[in-house]
Amino acid sequence: MAKLTIDDLKKIKEKVHKEMSLRDGERRVKVTVHMGTCGIASGAKEVMDALLQEIEDAKVNDVFVTTSGCMGLCSREPLVTVEIINQEPIKYEYMNPNKMRQVFKRHILAGEIQTPFVLARGAEVIR
Amino acid sequence: MLELAAHILDIAENSTRAGAKIVKIDINENDAKDLLSIEINDDGGGMTKEEIKKVGDPFYTTKTVRRVGLGIPFLADAAQRANGKLKLKSTKGKGTNITATFQLGHLDRQPIGNITTTLVALIAGNSHVDFIYKHRHNDRQFTFDTRQIRKEIDDLPINHPEILKYIRGVISVGLQEISTNA
Repeated sequence: MAKLTIDDLKKIKEKVHKEMSLRDGERRVKVTVHMGTCGIASGAKEVMDALLQEIEDAKVNDVFVTTSGCMGLCSREPLVTVEIINQEPIKYEYMNPNKMRQVFKRHILAGEIQTPFVLARGAEVIR
Repeated sequence: MLELAAHILDIAENSTRAGAKIVKIDINENDAKDLLSIEINDDGGGMTKEEIKKVGDPFYTTKTVRRVGLGIPFLADAAQRANGKLKLKSTKGKGTNITATFQLGHLDRQPIGNITTTLVALIAGNSHVDFIYKHRHNDRQFTFDTRQIRKEIDDLPINHPEILKYIRGVISVGLQEISTNA
């Protein structure tokens, strides 16, 4: 890969600005990759990377990715929560890069919940 | 955890959860001294003296969802196994500094692993935090600072896919140039 410069960044900025005025970068989906020690040790970083690469390749700008800590279900890590606007959050367990790519294509883009990987519906309640 | 990049991600995630605004990550590979050091510096909430004493205890954690905290014990163990050690300095309200040293050529030293995905994951997941990454390999150095990116992109979010792609490219080329071999 050729070395990227600040000028490249400026070009990207202008390009993105143009696209943004055409379609608003509204947040349609929020994806949370759980990044506690347990998640990282079981491969959350690779899951996160697969997700980010899929988003880049699909050129979508309405999917917002964030990380969170451990939620106490360490044995089922890596966990990923997919929250499509106005829908109940879906938690996926035992994720890996391939499952993440499938969830991205089938659930996040096409709206079909990937039942075999689902741990639970709804948000966790941390007391 | 099998690579040092995963430890770095874990410790830096601790920093962001402690409310840090700036997280500095310094890596130093020195072949002549046969030394590898990883230093993570944050301006987060910091810890009291009592908390610092307990931090190496796997059964101490600030979390309420479970009773073990393994992040720092894991890193301390990885350092000790490679003839190094972990040092922790922290001031309540000011921030925390963690330094792990390793014998670079030690048989049991974990490989550095993929630093690029670690940094991209940190930036994407914590878009409100600035990260400064410095990697020195003998006489060569690579520096990456999200504040410089932010200065150029104005109101664009730093976690926009196109910007993250750019960041990924800059870091992977930068690391190649200093030919890190840890």
